[in-house]
Amino acid sequence: MKGLLKFITCGSVDDGKSTLIGHILYDSKLLYADQEKALELDSRVGSRNGKIDYSLLLDGLMAEREQGITIDVAYRYFTTDNRSFIVADTPGHEEYTRNMAVGASFADLAVILVDASQGVLVQTRRHARICRLMGIRYFVFAVNKMDLVGYSEERFNEIRSQITELAQELSLENVQIIPLSATEGDNVTVKSDNIRWYDGPPLLEYLEKVDIASDDGEKGFYMPVQRVCRPDHTFRGFQGQIEAGSISVGDGIVTLPSNERASVKGILMTDKAVQTAYKGQPVTISLDREVDVSRGCVLIKDAEIAVYKRLKASLLWMDDEPLAVGKDYLVKLGTKTIPGILAGIDYAVDVNTGEHIKTDTLSKNGIAVCDILLTEAIAADTFSSHKTLGELILIDRVTNMTSACGVVDSVSEKSDSSAEKASFKYGELTARGDIFEEFYYDTSSLNVLKYQPVKSTYTVGDEIPTSGESYKYPDSFDIIVLRDGVSVKVRGRKIAEILPTAEYSYSGVPVINGRGFEVKAGSDEDVQRFLNEYSETSESSQSAFFEKWVRFDTYRKVVVKSDKK
Amino acid sequence: MSEFSHLDELEAEAIYIIREVAAECEKPVMLYSIGKDSSVMLHLAMKAFYPEKPPFPFLHVNTTWKFREMIEFRDRTAEKLGIEMLEYINQDGVDQGINPFDHGSAYTDIMKTQALKQALNKYGFTAAFGGGRRDEEKSRAKERIFSFRNAAHAWDPKNQRPEMWKLYNTKINKGESIRVFPISNWTEKDIWQYIKRENIDIVPLYFAKERPVVERDGNLIMVDDDRFPLRDGEVPEVKSVRFRTLGCYPLTGGIESTADTLDEIIEETLSSVSSERTSRVIDNEAAGSMERRKREGYF
Repeated sequence: MKGLLKFITCGSVDDGKSTLIGHILYDSKLLYADQEKALELDSRVGSRNGKIDYSLLLDGLMAEREQGITIDVAYRYFTTDNRSFIVADTPGHEEYTRNMAVGASFADLAVILVDASQGVLVQTRRHARICRLMGIRYFVFAVNKMDLVGYSEERFNEIRSQITELAQELSLENVQIIPLSATEGDNVTVKSDNIRWYDGPPLLEYLEKVDIASDDGEKGFYMPVQRVCRPDHTFRGFQGQIEAGSISVGDGIVTLPSNERASVKGILMTDKAVQTAYKGQPVTISLDREVDVSRGCVLIKDAEIAVYKRLKASLLWMDDEPLAVGKDYLVKLGTKTIPGILAGIDYAVDVNTGEHIKTDTLSKNGIAVCDILLTEAIAADTFSSHKTLGELILIDRVTNMTSACGVVDSVSEKSDSSAEKASFKYGELTARGDIFEEFYYDTSSLNVLKYQPVKSTYTVGDEIPTSGESYKYPDSFDIIVLRDGVSVKVRGRKIAEILPTAEYSYSGVPVINGRGFEVKAGSDEDVQRFLNEYSETSESSQSAFFEKWVRFDTYRKVVVKSDKK
Repeated sequence: MSEFSHLDELEAEAIYIIREVAAECEKPVMLYSIGKDSSVMLHLAMKAFYPEKPPFPFLHVNTTWKFREMIEFRDRTAEKLGIEMLEYINQDGVDQGINPFDHGSAYTDIMKTQALKQALNKYGFTAAFGGGRRDEEKSRAKERIFSFRNAAHAWDPKNQRPEMWKLYNTKINKGESIRVFPISNWTEKDIWQYIKRENIDIVPLYFAKERPVVERDGNLIMVDDDRFPLRDGEVPEVKSVRFRTLGCYPLTGGIESTADTLDEIIEETLSSVSSERTSRVIDNEAAGSMERRKREGYF
C-alpha cells in the first residue's frame, strides 16, 4: 500500500470540482449510509432535477448551498484498498483565490479541471501558476464534461495542446491529462466505454498509483526551534520538527543566528529517548553546552543555511487592502515572527500571460516579486533549497490579517559578513550611509516608517540624487559616516572625494551625518569636537550626543503617505 | 530513513500545532470533553511538551448530565497525569432547571454553548484547543485549524483567514480568541488505531457491557441515574451496548454490541454503515444545523 496522498482539485468556476470528488466518494462506496441518504434528500430539494448532486457532499456551508458555489476549501478523507487520501476541494471563483491557495500549500498533487466545452481559461492558468508557486510537483489535468462535447477525441486533442503549452510555460513536471465526465462517471473510478480512444488510466487509478518521490533534494539537517523546554534547572531542550535530514546523539550542530557550535547530548522523539531522529519527527534536542537559542532560531548540521536581512520573494497578495510599498508588516518565516518592510516591488506577474509588469502596488489575488527588508537577520533560504525556511506570510500589524504568502526566490546580504551593501565606495573605503532613505508617516498604521530604496553604490565622479520625497540636500555638502569612519565630499551634486574621516577637515560647506541629519558644526574645531565626543559616547549617552549635535529637519521631513495609493 | 506511517504524520502535525499555540498564544486552554478524541488530544499534549507538563490548563464544560463514568474517568485522569483540570458549569442554567428532556435545543445552547462562552470569558482564555475533526460534519470540513472568533465568540465562515503551510497566524485583537483543532485531519479510524498503538486510556463506556437502556425514537438511551423520567410503560432493559461517541447521557444513543476489546471496536467501526454522529440526537436536524450553532459560538 502506498503512503498518504494529499491532493487538491482546482480550476475555474463550474468546471465540476466538487462534483468530481463527490462522485469518487460515492462510487467507491466511501460514504456511510446516512451520508448517502442525506445526499439523496439534499439533492431532491436542490436545483439539479432530482438527479443526485454530488457537489452537495462537499459544499457544506449554508452560503455555498444557497449560491450553488464553493467558497472555501473542504477537506475529505477516504481510503481505497490501495491508498489513503486527503483531498482539499477548492473554490473556482477568482474572488476566493486565496482559499484555493490554502489548499495548494497543503497538497502534493493538483487535479486541475478543464471544462471540455470551454478549454483552458484564465482561471485555469491562474490556478496552475499558484500550484506551481506553492511547490506542487505533480499535476493531473482532468478534461471534464466530455459528455457535453460528444466524447470528441478531436476536441480533447485541441485542449490537450493548450494544456501542453501551459505546462511548458510554467515548467510543470509530471503532467497527466485525462478526459472524463464527473457527472456521468466516465474515467472517474472506472474506465469509460464512451472514451475508447483514450488508453490511459481513469483518474482514481492514476491517483492510487502515482509515486510522489520523497526525495525533495534538501541537503543536510535543519530544525527551526518552536520552543525551549525547561521543566527544571537541570534540563534545557529545544523542541521542534525536523524539516530535513537526520540527527544523532553526538553529532555536531550549529545554531543560527548566533552561529555557535555544540554537540547533541540527547534526543527525545516525543516522550522517548532515541539515538537518531529523522525528517518529519517532533523532537526535543539537548546540547552539551549553553547556547544562545530561543524560539525562531534554527539548528543545522551539514546544511548551507545562513542568516539574512533582505529577501526577494514571490508573493501572492491575499488581503482586500492592497500591498503598500514602504509599509511594515510582521513576517513569519519558519518559527520566527519579526517586523519587516516591504521595500519594493520588482515586478508583478500577469497571471494569464506570465508577463512581467512594472507596478508600485498589488491588489488581492495578484502575484509579484518583492523585496522584503527585515529588522534583524534571520535564518532563511530559498524555497527550492530548504523549503520550510523559504515559506513566509505577511501579517498586517493593525488588522492582523494574513495579507500575503510567498516563497523566497533569493537571499542577499548575508549579514554575518560586514558587507551590508555600501552606498559609497572608493578603493578600500566603503561607507554605508542611509542618506537616501525616505521617511513616511503611514496613515493606516499611524507609524513613521523608513523606506530604503534599492541601494546603488556611488563612487568618485558619480552624480547622486540630492533630493527625494522626504529629503533635499544642497548641491555641495560633506557627509561624515560615523560608524564606518569614512567621509564623502559632494560638490555640484557629484562625488568629489571619499576619504577616511581621520583625514577629513571642514571646508565651509554644510556637514551631514550618514543618515542625512545636519551636523551642527560651523568650523573645523566643531567637527573635531563632534568626532571626539562621538568616540566617547556609550549606548546610554548616545541620545544626548545626537540631541546636542544633529538636527533632523534641516534637509529632511516626514511625508504623509496613505497606502491607498 | 525510518518508517514514517500515516499515524506518525498525523501525530507530528498535531504536536507541531499544540507547540505553536503554547509558544505564541497568550493564554491557552485545552478543552477536555472526556471522549475518545479529547483523550487522544490530551495524550498528544503530554507528548508534545515532555519532559515538561503541558503549560496550560484543561477545561471541562460540564452540563451536569454527563454519564457518571465520564466524570469518574475525568477526575482519575487528571490526578494520574498531574494536570490542572478546570470544571465549568452554567449555574444560571442549573438554577433554572434547564434539562435535556424538557428544553431540547435550548438545553444545548444554554448548558454547552453559553457555558463555554462564559468559561472562556471568566478565565480570559485567548486560545482554546478543541478535538473537532473535519470528517465529522460538513461545516467542520470547511474550518481552518486555527479558527477565529470575534469578541462574541462567533465564527465567520465566509471570511476565514488563509492558512498557508504550517505558518499559523495567531495574532488577535483584544477580546477576540482562537479555537484550535490539532486533530482536524484525523478520521474516526485514525483515532481508534492511535488509541490502540499508544495504549491510551478511554472511558469504559466505549466498550460493550450490559447496561440498563430504553429505546426512544430509534435510539438506545442509557438510564444512568434516577433523574431519567421514564415514560408510561417504559421499563429499562438490560442490553449489551457500547457508545460510539460520548456526551450527555440522555442525548447519546448506544449501539447493541458485544465488542469489548479495542480490536473488536475497530473492526466494528470499519464495517459500520452509519457515521458516528448519527448516534447524537441533536445532529439529526436540518442540513446546516452544526454551522448555525458554530456561528453562535458552539465549539
